[in-house]
Amino acid sequence: MAAAKKKSNAEQYLRMYRQMMRIRVFEDNANQLYLSAKMPGLTHMYSGQEAVAVGICEALKTTDRITSTHRGHGHCVAKGGEFRPMFAELLGKADGYCGGKGGSMHIADQDNGNLGANAIVGGSAGIATGSALSAKRLGKDDVTVCFFGDGALGQGLLYETMNMAALWKLPVIYACENNLYGEYTKTEEQAAGDLTARAKAFGIETHIVDGQDVLAVNNLAQKLVERCRKGEGPFFIQLDTYRYFGHHVGDINREYYRPKDEETLWKTERDPLTNFAKWLSDEGLVTKDELKEIEAEVKADAEAAVNFALDADYPDASEVTKHVFAENPSGL
Amino acid sequence: MREITLSKAVNEAIAEEMRRDPAIFLLGEDVAEAGTPFKVLSGLVEEFGPDRIIDTPISEPGFMGLAVGAAMTGSRPIVDLMFGDFLFLIMDQLCNQAAKTHYMSGGKLTVPLVVRTNLGATRRSAAQHSQSLHALVAHIPGLKVALPSSAYEAKGLLKTAIRDNSPVVIFEDKLMYNDKAPVPEEEYLIPFGQAKILREGEDLTLIATSSMVQVAQKAADLLAADGISAEVIDPRTIVPLDEDTLLASVKKTSRAIVIDEGHQSFGVTAEIASRLNEKAFYHLDAPVLRMGAMDVPVPFTPALEDLTVPTPEKVVEQAKRLVAGDMIHAA
Ligand SMILES: Cc1ncc(C[n+]2csc(CCOP(=O)(O)OP(=O)(O)O)c2C)c(N)n1
Ligand SMILES: [Mg+2]
Repeated sequence: MAAAKKKSNAEQYLRMYRQMMRIRVFEDNANQLYLSAKMPGLTHMYSGQEAVAVGICEALKTTDRITSTHRGHGHCVAKGGEFRPMFAELLGKADGYCGGKGGSMHIADQDNGNLGANAIVGGSAGIATGSALSAKRLGKDDVTVCFFGDGALGQGLLYETMNMAALWKLPVIYACENNLYGEYTKTEEQAAGDLTARAKAFGIETHIVDGQDVLAVNNLAQKLVERCRKGEGPFFIQLDTYRYFGHHVGDINREYYRPKDEETLWKTERDPLTNFAKWLSDEGLVTKDELKEIEAEVKADAEAAVNFALDADYPDASEVTKHVFAENPSGL
Repeated sequence: MREITLSKAVNEAIAEEMRRDPAIFLLGEDVAEAGTPFKVLSGLVEEFGPDRIIDTPISEPGFMGLAVGAAMTGSRPIVDLMFGDFLFLIMDQLCNQAAKTHYMSGGKLTVPLVVRTNLGATRRSAAQHSQSLHALVAHIPGLKVALPSSAYEAKGLLKTAIRDNSPVVIFEDKLMYNDKAPVPEEEYLIPFGQAKILREGEDLTLIATSSMVQVAQKAADLLAADGISAEVIDPRTIVPLDEDTLLASVKKTSRAIVIDEGHQSFGVTAEIASRLNEKAFYHLDAPVLRMGAMDVPVPFTPALEDLTVPTPEKVVEQAKRLVAGDMIHAA
């Protein structure tokens, strides 16, 4: 990469670093809220997979759309989500993105193009593809990214929708986050054959990228998003990555399905934040102090947002029957 | 008698039946080493091996379909459906295939399979992991539906389900997995279509299913303190439904409330209430009341979620109105 290009991109790189840090810090706080019994229910943490969401979403405009998964906090942050309404949603407060009605597994952020997390594995394949169909019909150049885990490769819906996306050349990118496990089962025990071959069978162009390398992800995403805008989609990306915590916050004893040294290897040698920070300072784009400052700012932001959410009100009881149906124009 | 959890009761039922009949196998997501997320099946793969306790990909319509085919050809599969909400994914294989095959084949083909799944809200799991969808299944002719309300019922009903030659869907209450109840060491089965009278009473009948049985019993305790005597009945299976026991009770008490965690509209409470109206009308002193979950998707926030399900206090309130005669002119 040319030095001039690097310098001119420095701002964008730092933004990516900050976004990854925001996801990491968000999840640490979410875990704390769970451990201190302040968060209702369970949550699935995105820690370890930050480079995937950030690398891709940094290639998108606000009007581009994403669909997310049960492990959705990272996608929400990366697509422009704010800490306050996110924490408030996790705590079921009225100020949450969904007024407390959705919670961790259903965060949606319409203004930033996040069509929502989804508690049904593979459940968003149709939504993402439909969003792409809509953009094409309406003559917009918006692209939709469908995030899903390796586990969703088991769902037939994905294949029905990829087939239609390919037939109709829809501007959708299927982003398969291969974190090596679906719940407590290894990917190779759940998905026969080559993961990308599934999409290839429909004539969809596929790519495999190191999901711990935010620059690699972002470079690829920029190219594919631009090509999608020109009508060259759909695409399928396999992003190899790793989740640091259990399947959900309550999954503590996991050695029976995932060895400790494997976790250590990913966390120490392949950490997307550590490695990107090193690259940034090796290239002279940032000083150690600046990196520390980013981290401190993000942590302070998170702390303020958590306090905001803790103090926020629960929705009023009258909310319970609202939003079952959408409002119609008068006279209907 | 020893007391065991509902989770252990289910585990024992499956283990005993699998020892008895090699045609039985179980399949579902994370059922083997993980023993399911609720840890209900722990230890089974160690005893029966991975050929009989089979981990599947996350492919609900696919493995449900496999179960139908296996059941038609000499196997007796138990399908583990992790959440009742995933019924929507398997509906075609369950309702268009499993439910109809015996009838459409003029009785030539049989589909002896069990779908084990769950129901129940208030776990803060939001709208896609909290539904009680048993009414949808009960609507389809050809499917039997069992709703255990304790560890004892769970074991006896599941063993019966496994021996039944028709497809059976059995719903466990997620909140009850760690609840203990007396369960005999000796083998027993609970026949389908036999309601259980949990408490005798004179003034009104509380008919409650699954998760709502505990609610009805608490309500009956509260009512007793106020001098109102409530009879509590658990139908145990809604297909088949033991109408006789329900009718006999209502003819005695002349008032009834039907309580079920499915959505109130077009559901189990409506079905039972209208059967009582049709067949015990002249014995009734008041309209039969229905109490189901509110007709809203289950909200995540505890502040709203708790409002959506019947509670003992709400049952007491309705029961008092019934007994006081407030409802006679309500219509
Ligand atoms: C249709 C459906 N089946 C099962 C589940 C339960 N479940 C939740 S997450 C999960 C594993 C998903 O694995 P993957 O897609 O790889 O995502 P990851 O958790 O690894 O991010 C399962 C089985 C579900 N939510 N939806
Ligand atoms: Mg995975």
